[in-house]
Amino acid sequence: MERMPAEDLKALQLDRLKAITRYVYDHSSFYRQRFAEAGVTPDDVKELDDITKLPFTRKVDLRNTYPTGMFCLPKNWVVRYHVSSGTTGKPTVVGYTKGDIETWTESLARALTSIGLGRNDVIQVGYGYGLFTGGLGLHYGAERIGAAVLPTSTGNTERQIELMQDLESTAIACTPSYFLHIAEVAERMGISIKEDTKLRAGIFGAEPWSLETRKRIEDTTGIKAYDIYGTSEISGPLFTECQHQNGIHVWADMFLIEIIDPKTGEQVEDGERGELVVTTLNKWAMPLIRYRIGDLTIKESEPCECGRTHPRIMRILGRTDDMLVIRGINVFPSQIESVLMNIPEVGPHYQIIVSREGALDVMKVRVELTDRGFSDRIGDLMALNRRISKELKNVLNISAEVELVEPGVIPRSEGKAKRVIDTRKV
Amino acid sequence: MSEIKQISLFVENRPGRMAKVSKTLSDAGVNIRAMTIAEAGDFGVIRMVVDDPQKGYDVLRNSGFTVSMTDVLAVEMRDTPGGLYEIVSALGDNNINIDYAYAFVTAKSEKAMLIMRVDDIEAARRTLSARGVKIATPEEIQKI
Ligand SMILES: [Zn+2]
Repeated sequence: MERMPAEDLKALQLDRLKAITRYVYDHSSFYRQRFAEAGVTPDDVKELDDITKLPFTRKVDLRNTYPTGMFCLPKNWVVRYHVSSGTTGKPTVVGYTKGDIETWTESLARALTSIGLGRNDVIQVGYGYGLFTGGLGLHYGAERIGAAVLPTSTGNTERQIELMQDLESTAIACTPSYFLHIAEVAERMGISIKEDTKLRAGIFGAEPWSLETRKRIEDTTGIKAYDIYGTSEISGPLFTECQHQNGIHVWADMFLIEIIDPKTGEQVEDGERGELVVTTLNKWAMPLIRYRIGDLTIKESEPCECGRTHPRIMRILGRTDDMLVIRGINVFPSQIESVLMNIPEVGPHYQIIVSREGALDVMKVRVELTDRGFSDRIGDLMALNRRISKELKNVLNISAEVELVEPGVIPRSEGKAKRVIDTRKV
Repeated sequence: MSEIKQISLFVENRPGRMAKVSKTLSDAGVNIRAMTIAEAGDFGVIRMVVDDPQKGYDVLRNSGFTVSMTDVLAVEMRDTPGGLYEIVSALGDNNINIDYAYAFVTAKSEKAMLIMRVDDIEAARRTLSARGVKIATPEEIQKI
């Protein structure tokens, strides 16, 4: 399946697109109404490009139909619920049939296999277990490939490290910021991830992270750090990079992806940045048609070096919701992270504070000074501060104030890191 | 010749940091001989000479501070007008730069001591010794 010729994959996608379009039309009053508003019926889908005739769905639709208004099956078909936290609004509920869990598990099993994991591995799942999809998602995927799962969930970092040593974890799945924290705590305990553990792979996601963070993680801990992608609305974590670390493989038999211009809604070419739109082709309790997750990325359809023919998405720049507009300029926290990770004098944890002074937006970046960056000459520290400011300005095109803080001052997170504090009241 | 090890700490200007430093050291039985704080906006650098630098360094580091150890010179200042000028000009004449300096008075002998970080500690030692300036050893600092 993973190396199926592109043409055959497209034929399969078309069959499944027709089927899912018909299915939602028949089973969901929400979609029937949407299709009517857009003046389309399932019969209008004759080829893959016809997908552009179908209306988009958005997160707000899930909220407005809370809790289960977008389900296409009676609730007795549901074998599991996951609920995303309502940090930016009402929570959203996703229900799964047995088959939906199977699709999700299969997707992750293929992903984990593509990074070289298998039955000889011990995979430590440091994502939260519970309503969040990370823990259970990885758990099922890892079991499917015959690996041993160490379900540590989040927190209790010292115990995570002890178990990593004692049970010889070879891979860990968690947020990249939590792994950086684990590495720090290990160092304080006198344990080197590189020398004293068997860890060789990390599967990091649930928050955007930069290539520079990957490099820092790989250099300091000796593991290979892989990007994982997915979001609860389309199941949970679903896709990873393969060992070539050149884009995230999206299984085309399960999901149909498009990249659109967020302003016009038109599809853009491969290689062009745009907003990711996902249609679920094999998900039945709560299928999604042209779902706009809000993540900005680039699509690549050429087969990967590994031989897999399914399309890839390049590293997620950030979610449109995460984008800060400062003095009219778009800033992604991931851009700031890229700059900071290239400066060894400061640590990997950072915080962005945006405020308004008078009519002017002010951005301050707080970052921890490392032992390596510390000089007891004030002049050296001031010069470091100026250098960081200058490099931020080069990348962002706006000036940012830099505050060097003591290590450990910036709050550590066990799940998704909260990096931006925006005190502007617009 | 072994040098005097000064402990330097990076601290933010927030309440309680200095107290935390003092308490950490006193709990470990480390005594501060001399200390100075250099401030620059949001942060500052505390520099100090203690009776047991290695222990001081270890306990501060284990408490999560950003700490470093630096070789410094401790010289006795003559109790005469121009005592400081004599030292500074001797170094200047030999192109030795002083990164920073701070003075303190010893409790027992009431001697004025000057702690200095210079860019060439060996040259500074030779220059000052040649002028008859007394340079303290780590053992002497430990005992005062
Ligand atoms: Zn590949």
